[in-house]
Amino acid sequence: MGEAFIALDKVQHVYGGEGGVLAVEDLTLSVREGEFVAVVGPSGCGKSTLMKLATGLQFPRAGSVRVDGQAVSKPVKIAGMAFQNPTLLPWRTTLDNILLPLEIVEPHRSRLRREKAAYTEKAEALLASVGLGGFGPKFPWQLSGGMQQRASLCRALIHEPRLLMLDEPFGALDAFTREELWCVIRDLQAARKFTVILVTHDLREAVFLADKVFCMSARPGRIIAEREITLPRPRDLEVTYSPEFADIVHELRSHIKDARSGVH
Amino acid sequence: MTNKQKIALAPWVFTIGFFLLWEAACRLFGISSFVLPSPMQIGAAMWEYRSQLSFHSFHTLWMTFAGFVLAVVFGLLLGLALGSSKIVHAGTYPLLVGFNAIPKVAVVPILVIWFGVGWLPAVLTAFLISFFPIVVNVATGLATIEPEVEDVLKALGASKLDIMTKVGLPRSMPYFFGSLKVAITLAYVGSVIAEYNASSYGIGNLMARASADFNVPLLFAALIALAVLGVAMYAITAWVEKRMTGWAQRSGFAAG
Repeated sequence: MGEAFIALDKVQHVYGGEGGVLAVEDLTLSVREGEFVAVVGPSGCGKSTLMKLATGLQFPRAGSVRVDGQAVSKPVKIAGMAFQNPTLLPWRTTLDNILLPLEIVEPHRSRLRREKAAYTEKAEALLASVGLGGFGPKFPWQLSGGMQQRASLCRALIHEPRLLMLDEPFGALDAFTREELWCVIRDLQAARKFTVILVTHDLREAVFLADKVFCMSARPGRIIAEREITLPRPRDLEVTYSPEFADIVHELRSHIKDARSGVH
Repeated sequence: MTNKQKIALAPWVFTIGFFLLWEAACRLFGISSFVLPSPMQIGAAMWEYRSQLSFHSFHTLWMTFAGFVLAVVFGLLLGLALGSSKIVHAGTYPLLVGFNAIPKVAVVPILVIWFGVGWLPAVLTAFLISFFPIVVNVATGLATIEPEVEDVLKALGASKLDIMTKVGLPRSMPYFFGSLKVAITLAYVGSVIAEYNASSYGIGNLMARASADFNVPLLFAALIALAVLGVAMYAITAWVEKRMTGWAQRSGFAAG
């Protein structure tokens, strides 16, 4: 086991100053580089807080957050993010939406104008890899929900981040589209080996995609269980119907049940 | 005739019908042109006073346009300041609302004391009356940025200025252009009020003089000219809005 890429140590975070809501407490977890980690837990357990802490959008009240060996004191700049809501900008075409991070992040920012053609080609290749080839000139509102979410993933990945943060990205999609997108993200991660933190309510999603699943308690959130998923890769959707898969989901389910009833 | 054609025809039928009814009522009841001139008499007055009407209309248009441009520049800047800083918003909002509550006709005498009778009070009244909706709309547009989009950009290391130019400004454009339709109409009201009270030119002043002379047909002719100009200015800003923010009115494009 190598050096942790992301390490949260006894983190406490409070929203709203003194006497505010205690979102997470005594939260400790570590993620290796290239690992696919899922975080599951009852709603309101501080999963999204975890994401904000790990990307430097928020800073802990107590404890430490280290990313890539450095204490986090500002937005980490190596992260791509995607949310349940695709949040594409309606006045930009899909292609321009995907190029947006490049207008922010160096060194692309200063190169973008000069090497527009190369970047456009790269974005189109990425779109094609998620099954959206040729949809670049369309506006987001001309795409279906599933297509928008694919585009949102492309936007999160265009600047080749080392860390991908996914906050229930498939939550609003129908079951079939969701499974299709599981495979999309599985293949992208297999090809590029970036680190993923996936926050989700869906235990099957967590077990299918992740190398390791963390269960969080009800608020204030902390890790109550950690489960390595040793199912061999590459995983096919068929694996979700196997008994081993069902056993793991079942085991995680009981942790969530305990978390909700406050046994831990 | 299809339903669609009927709908296309309806505005013309109703407008022409309105004037026909008006004409018929004036003739039938023998209403004096001193009380309510008939459309024919108004038309005749418009022809008779065409050079005066067009000269003063042009002047009013200028005053309105100048005040409107001031309002757009000032309203946009103040709206951006309000939308991007909670402190500025909290601090200036009560003042703005209070200021907006003052009927602007009450400000004209003060402007006359400061600047004398002339074009400046008209421009300033047009400006004062029309900047408020622009400020409010631009600030609202900025306030509706989705927090997730902000997070995406912040996590990439975007500055406040980046977020403003990439997301905030485009996001507030439909609100901005929407407010222009309201603002141009208000600016027009402002310049006419000021002209009526404190100017030697403009449709407002022409009406003040016609009223003093009991020239009722000319008064109505000026009213018609005002209505036509008002509709034209509204139509131009509505067209600009449509051109600039097609993405916000997507129903027509969705099929494309």
